[in-house]
Amino acid sequence: MTPTEFTAKHPRLAGSMPVWHGNVDEDELRTLCEAVKQEGGKLLALWGSDEQPRGNGYALHVALVNAGGMLCLSLPLSASHAAYPDLSELFPAAARMQRATFDMLGLHAVGADDHRKWLRHAAWPPGLHPLRKSFDINSKYSIESDSYEFIQVSGDGVHEIPVGPVHAGTIEPGHFRFSIIGDRVLRLEERLGYKHKGIEKRFESMSLQQGAKLAGRISGDSTVAYAWAYAQAVESLGGTTPSDRALALRAVMLELERIHNHLGDLGYLGNDVALAFGFAQFWILKEDLLRVIGELFGHRYMMDKIIPGGVACNIDAPGHEKLRATLTHIEQTSARLREIYDEHSGAQDRFLTTGRVAPELAAQLGLTGLPGRASGQAWDLRADFPCAPYDSLEVQMATHRNGDVAARVMLRFEEIKESVRLIRALLGSLPEGTLVEEVAVVAPGKLGIGWVEGWRGEIMVALHSGKDNSIHRLHPHDPSWQNWPVLEHAIIGNIVPDFPLINKSFNLSYSGQDL
Amino acid sequence: MNGIFLQLFQNGLVLLLAPLLVGWVNQCRAWLQNRSGAGLLQPYRKLIKLFHKDAVLAHNASPLFRLTPYILFASMWLAASLVPVIATDLPLSPAVDVIALVGIFALARVFISLAAMDIGTSFGTLGARREMLVGFLAEPALLMVFFSAALISQSTSLVTIVETLAHKQFVIYPSLAFAAIAFVMVLLAENARIPVDNPSTHLELTMIHEAMILEYSARYLALIEWASALKLFAYTTIGIALFMPWGIAEAGRLEALPLALGMLLLKLAVAGAGLALLETVTAKMRIFRVPEFMGTAFLLAVLGMLIHFLVGS
Repeated sequence: MTPTEFTAKHPRLAGSMPVWHGNVDEDELRTLCEAVKQEGGKLLALWGSDEQPRGNGYALHVALVNAGGMLCLSLPLSASHAAYPDLSELFPAAARMQRATFDMLGLHAVGADDHRKWLRHAAWPPGLHPLRKSFDINSKYSIESDSYEFIQVSGDGVHEIPVGPVHAGTIEPGHFRFSIIGDRVLRLEERLGYKHKGIEKRFESMSLQQGAKLAGRISGDSTVAYAWAYAQAVESLGGTTPSDRALALRAVMLELERIHNHLGDLGYLGNDVALAFGFAQFWILKEDLLRVIGELFGHRYMMDKIIPGGVACNIDAPGHEKLRATLTHIEQTSARLREIYDEHSGAQDRFLTTGRVAPELAAQLGLTGLPGRASGQAWDLRADFPCAPYDSLEVQMATHRNGDVAARVMLRFEEIKESVRLIRALLGSLPEGTLVEEVAVVAPGKLGIGWVEGWRGEIMVALHSGKDNSIHRLHPHDPSWQNWPVLEHAIIGNIVPDFPLINKSFNLSYSGQDL
Repeated sequence: MNGIFLQLFQNGLVLLLAPLLVGWVNQCRAWLQNRSGAGLLQPYRKLIKLFHKDAVLAHNASPLFRLTPYILFASMWLAASLVPVIATDLPLSPAVDVIALVGIFALARVFISLAAMDIGTSFGTLGARREMLVGFLAEPALLMVFFSAALISQSTSLVTIVETLAHKQFVIYPSLAFAAIAFVMVLLAENARIPVDNPSTHLELTMIHEAMILEYSARYLALIEWASALKLFAYTTIGIALFMPWGIAEAGRLEALPLALGMLLLKLAVAGAGLALLETVTAKMRIFRVPEFMGTAFLLAVLGMLIHFLVGS
């Protein structure tokens, strides 16, 4: 089966994003994956669901993206033989998603190289799978000692540095195992999952309305993107279209989120090369912006401001002016700071050629989002599949081919500039309209997809509806799933003290992938 | 009597003034970055806080690990006290040989590196290794700087050097200009300052000095922090003694003390502000550039000596 045959055979889901969903068998899954890979497409997400209460076994879901949109394939699995063919050979990014799917649901990837646990640490015993419907969320398990086999590098003079999960600074937990000679890194292996908090399971005891709040808390720095993706999924299920005004306000918030995160990252990147001057300046800009956002939207990070059916905020005329003035200030100051970064020989010496991911490697590993664009992977939902209001804005995608820290720094500057332009354009022609539309009752057993270009990359929410507006299964997908494994490659051949800089230039989410 | 009083006064002064210099540098850095900063007294507050805490020690810490903070503190206090800060010709003056001074710094380095490896964590070892990389390149450069100055006064006694330079007619020594630049580079490297190390970093993988002391807490950490402040103070006053010695009080003259003290504070303020400026405009270099950096310092110091022979001054 080819992707074209698939889209012809199966219906396009309601909503603004081009998503097709249908059931496939093992062979079709394999051939479709191969075909998409051949076309230069990519794997977006892989997750499973327990269908036993509905009288089936399990299902494996795979979201693929090609030039035409998203193909969402569901492979039904029997309860007695919950196994599917390995996809990590085609898409290396699938490896960790498959391991997580096994930990959470017990679905086995036949033929995969790596069957180590991923999200399960020691909070529940092996053999139990929390996302199965039979799993009792109230049961308590004694915490056992955790064991995990890291891949060893042997040789003369090779030794290991274990870093984390508790770090010297206040950052999220993750364990990094470096195998080094001197200060040169031979191999890095990540161990994540320390922030696993059972978000997916929690969703299953919520109604569609309640879920919106939790969706905004999957990864706090991307709260707007997640909330929008969730709202899109619910609206797709209910066949609701928010008003033009609500959509424009959502886009304003999404771009504001992009700007404040990029400003923060640029500051941190300065700090990591000990250019504390840059750190202070960017954080002053970020703080100014957050205060204005807090004043206008009622929350500094715009949490809970996007709800299914519309938005829970509005901007009046004085608010417009205030936002415009702040954006002008940000645009001018960040342009000055960009000159300073560009002309600072010490900073450039640290940025250039550091943590390089060549475009070929990026394509092979499925690097996505901002680091992807810095390595020649020209994907940006706002430009590729623009939904309203992006369809009338002609978003200019910034890309770079060097794939080093300097490229990722440059891309952030470019994206700030573009986001400022987009917000100005949106504010200039803000349509009138109701803020929230009523969301229709959702039929059970359907799939809704939300797909939004957050500041890190594309964020997807897959929502399987249950009875009476409940959630049967919800899978939020963060671009960090794809990009964490690439970070392991980006550091190879670099020196240990450059890791924090490279890591920060990717700035991936722990919470978003630990779920 | 005056001499002993002056010596004790100087010993106490450096002990109390050292954290203030750190506070001043940090405050200047904050101002240069558009921040309001934590205030001049922050290092004292930090020391008080640390002295009030209970110490946590690793189970496998050896006596060396406990002893090192005291050795470090004592040697840095000694070094800072030896440098003629406000007066020359103090009771300890005959002991102030520049080579001995370098030796005291080396002693402290050996102990902190051993203590860093004592616990057996990878960061301690990593820090110790990097410290040695920096140290073995910084020491010869520092010696060369001292020799350039010693050539002028024909003595390796710091007191004699200062007296010669302070009371001679005002002349510009080209050799000292080169030595001064080399000295500043050594100062940056030896005191874990930007661009070689970052004293305020929280990134354990990039640390040098901080990586070595990660396992220390409470009073041990307080002593090490205080020792670091004393080291910076000692280096700054050595720099002042060598390159701007004017205004220092002569042997046993108590009445010259107020002026000498005022001059010292002024010079420290200028040096501290200069250090802050230097740290604000530079980024940290890759660790493999440090040898080049220290090599340049060494080269400049040697050039200073050559120029002395060429120009004859």
